[in-house]
Amino acid sequence: MSSQQTPIVEMRNIHKRFGAVQALRGVDLELYPGEILGLVGDNAAGKSTLMKVLSGAYLPNEGDILLHGQPAHIANPEDSRRLGIEMVYQDFALCNNLDVAANVFLGREVVRWRLGSLRWMNKRTMEQRARTMLDRLRIDISSVRLRVENLSGGQRQAVAIGRAIAFDAKVIIMDEPTAALSVAAIDKVLDLISSLREHGASIIIISHRLEDIFRIGDRVAVLRQGRKVADRPVAGDIHEFREQVVAYMVGARDDYGSENDGENGAVRSPSPVNA
Amino acid sequence: MTTDTTELTTSVRERRALFRSDATQKLLAFAGLIALFVVFSLASPNFFKFDNIIGILLATAVNGVLALGVTFIIVTAGIDLSVGTVMTLSAVMSGVFVTFWGLPIPLGILAGLATGALAGFVNGIAISKMKIPPFIATLGMMMMAKGLALVISGAKPIYFNDTPAFRQMAMGSLIGRVIPGFEVPNAVFILFGAAIIANLILTKTVLGRYTVALGSNEEATRLSGVNVDAWKTAVYALGGAFSGLGGVLMAARLNSAQPALGAGYELDAIAAVVIGGTSLSGGEGTILGTVIGAFIISVLTNGLRILSVPQEWQMVVTGAIVILAVYADIIRRRNQ
Repeated sequence: MSSQQTPIVEMRNIHKRFGAVQALRGVDLELYPGEILGLVGDNAAGKSTLMKVLSGAYLPNEGDILLHGQPAHIANPEDSRRLGIEMVYQDFALCNNLDVAANVFLGREVVRWRLGSLRWMNKRTMEQRARTMLDRLRIDISSVRLRVENLSGGQRQAVAIGRAIAFDAKVIIMDEPTAALSVAAIDKVLDLISSLREHGASIIIISHRLEDIFRIGDRVAVLRQGRKVADRPVAGDIHEFREQVVAYMVGARDDYGSENDGENGAVRSPSPVNA
Repeated sequence: MTTDTTELTTSVRERRALFRSDATQKLLAFAGLIALFVVFSLASPNFFKFDNIIGILLATAVNGVLALGVTFIIVTAGIDLSVGTVMTLSAVMSGVFVTFWGLPIPLGILAGLATGALAGFVNGIAISKMKIPPFIATLGMMMMAKGLALVISGAKPIYFNDTPAFRQMAMGSLIGRVIPGFEVPNAVFILFGAAIIANLILTKTVLGRYTVALGSNEEATRLSGVNVDAWKTAVYALGGAFSGLGGVLMAARLNSAQPALGAGYELDAIAAVVIGGTSLSGGEGTILGTVIGAFIISVLTNGLRILSVPQEWQMVVTGAIVILAVYADIIRRRNQ
């Protein structure tokens, strides 16, 4: 990716503490238009925390977020959604008691009429659109009126992904999008992600499966103990790639060294518990 | 995601899931209600008589309306222990408006509804903003409302003797004028009307959808960009408004606001909701179920009284049925 472009997302010096645990210690991350960025790291490296800061699920203790070069204020998930950022959470974040259509439209129900806070939903439109969305993504669910609790793990994941991409988001974050899937389904999801890029979306994928990132990613960023230790294009062959990334993940290599991070030098706890 | 061989079984499973999603418990409750009717009718010739049935309907009106409000709150996986005394406080406020201040009756009714909604709103703020567990927040409101009702009324009943129309609103019978001999009090129709409105809110509006979503997965609802605190507060305020309506009906029925009454009503209301199949763990519940549950409690109380079962034993039976209803819910979930 050309670095002269303005990043669509720029996170600067993001810090996040959970009590005494320093989950993020000043992370910088850019995402460029039309790019697929892989975000990797060991457990508790801070990947999910960083992405939850971007999606508004967490407020950072320090740091700035810029969208299209402009400072953006993301105080809650509502803000980030309005700015065109969608996140597929690792646990899917679905309401099991609601049906598929209700989950797809949760938080942006189609309203027929409103009287103050009384808003009458247009269920039929929501069901039709949810059906169209499922068909477009070739998701195999017989009825959008099925409750999520009656779906298989793969179907739930499909609903979660479908919900995130159904509304033309500019930035899509996926936390372990292939974790609950069979091998055949993984192929489908990876193809889907590639096609989303063709439609103009920029995508960040958190994954333990380095082969997935190698296959569809343009660039990979590695986090370790709340710091970014590598940020480089995906290149070479898969074995070389895997070897390098793992070296960064376990701390054998570090592109950003110890020259920054002065403020936290003293409080380096051996391993943050929460991510 | 499914191979060709499993596709058939999957779709059968899915179709069955569509059908039985929440019908079972309602069916069970309705069958129970019918069974009670049959048993009591056979046991006593006095049970299935027009006047007695009217008595049952009337007895259900207040508890039923309270239970409608509690349904919303329990569906969010919350609880409201304050409905009984908020009902009393609302009745007292209606009395203050109509009897003390001589204001028109519609304003008195409005005052009752607004008092209930305000109490519910305060509950909602305490729970959503101050993060006080619903059990504690509404327990506090229960005591506050009881105290306020006594303070405002001077611990004495407020009678509506100068305004007979207030009592007529609930106890008169519009339909009796249309169909002579069919003197069903308006309160019964007010209950049915309130139930229809409650059902529309729960199933057709965004507020109803978020009520279920909150009880199903509050964090997921928040991550979907829903302002969870505001909507939760709205649910408690709505529940409070139903308590206010219950207070107005209660006052009309007794032709007075009785400040010492009210504690204990919340338990009957919660029992009705639970018997009607609403899950205490949230995300699941229907208005029809609640109405059936409220009728089961009234029929049971009435039938046992007709059979001269002492009141103490009536309470034992009602309590046992609540436990059985929750157990049935647990069994149903386990089988799913």
